[in-house]
Amino acid sequence: MVNYIWLFMLISGVIAAAMQGQMDIVTAAALKGAKEGVAVCFGLISILVFWQGMMRIAQHAGLLDKLARVLAPAARLLFPDVPKDHPALGYIVSNMSANLFGLGNAATPMGIKAMEELQKLNPDPKSATPAMCTLLALNTSSLTLIPTTMIGLRMEYGSVQPEVIIGTTIFATCCSTLTAIVLDRWYRRRLNA
Amino acid sequence: MDWMMAVSEWLLPALLAFIPLYAAFRKVPVYESFVDGAKDGFPTAIQIIPHLVGMMVAVSVFRETGALQFYLGLLKPLWSVVHFPEEAVPLALLRPISGAGSLAYIESLFRTYGPDSFISRLGATMQGSTDTTLYVLTVYFGAVGIRNSLYAIKVGLMADLAGMLASWLVVTWVFGS
Repeated sequence: MVNYIWLFMLISGVIAAAMQGQMDIVTAAALKGAKEGVAVCFGLISILVFWQGMMRIAQHAGLLDKLARVLAPAARLLFPDVPKDHPALGYIVSNMSANLFGLGNAATPMGIKAMEELQKLNPDPKSATPAMCTLLALNTSSLTLIPTTMIGLRMEYGSVQPEVIIGTTIFATCCSTLTAIVLDRWYRRRLNA
Repeated sequence: MDWMMAVSEWLLPALLAFIPLYAAFRKVPVYESFVDGAKDGFPTAIQIIPHLVGMMVAVSVFRETGALQFYLGLLKPLWSVVHFPEEAVPLALLRPISGAGSLAYIESLFRTYGPDSFISRLGATMQGSTDTTLYVLTVYFGAVGIRNSLYAIKVGLMADLAGMLASWLVVTWVFGS
């Protein structure tokens, strides 16, 4: 599916440029995209290095295990095939908490750490496991309580009530996350059938 | 409102103080643990580069050549039938593929219609309720070298669609159109 989306975007871009007779846009756009990709990764370096360091402290202190144990029932429900005391659960739970409080910068390193732990349970390292797909579904639909970026941006543009979107955002994010969980379950069952 | 912003402002510093303090209390060598974990961050970020460059090139070509505009025009009759606000359509298409792109579009909405207009509130709700599916998939799976993503992208995109529709319904219901 990713293959098709990727191909679709590239080819329709080239065709669109050809129809306008401006092929140079394609070259410029491709190079701009490549530059952006590297720039984003370099931006990620600082966040990943910093948070992976903090997470290691939390792990050594036993905080992750504690957090995982407190939220175990929810995690077990969503990730039935991850062993009960596996370190992945601690990272998954911290990733979900960071998302919930709008700490996007912290959520990504925790999610990646969780993926690395799930990868250790993976019999085929090139192919995703259902547990990885569930973690991804939770992150793409990203359950949020406080949409910090949007409130900040609304304030910047002089909104009289920047916070009024909190309620509507919570409703919408619950709908999308619920849809993600239900669909993930459905595909997972079909995979096992 | 103020207390909510205060909470999000305080959360990170509080965490930064709490984690090392708790660890020190448990006799963990905090600085050594930090450095030990932090060194894993760099290779992870480097590992993501090929995945992210590949994806960003395709998204950039798709957007900058006007292909995105073309498909938006093609799908126009569809929105008119269901009365989905026309200005929000580009956002619905941009949101899953480009976080920076959809944010820039929202800023243009804020500038043109003001942040307290119906369309800006709808846009902010749409933006805040989901994450950039393509980016999240690329980064999370790229970091561990997953090539076959099974059904993950389908689930992500359909959840985005559900989020968009839910935003539209709830914003219309709460703020009226």
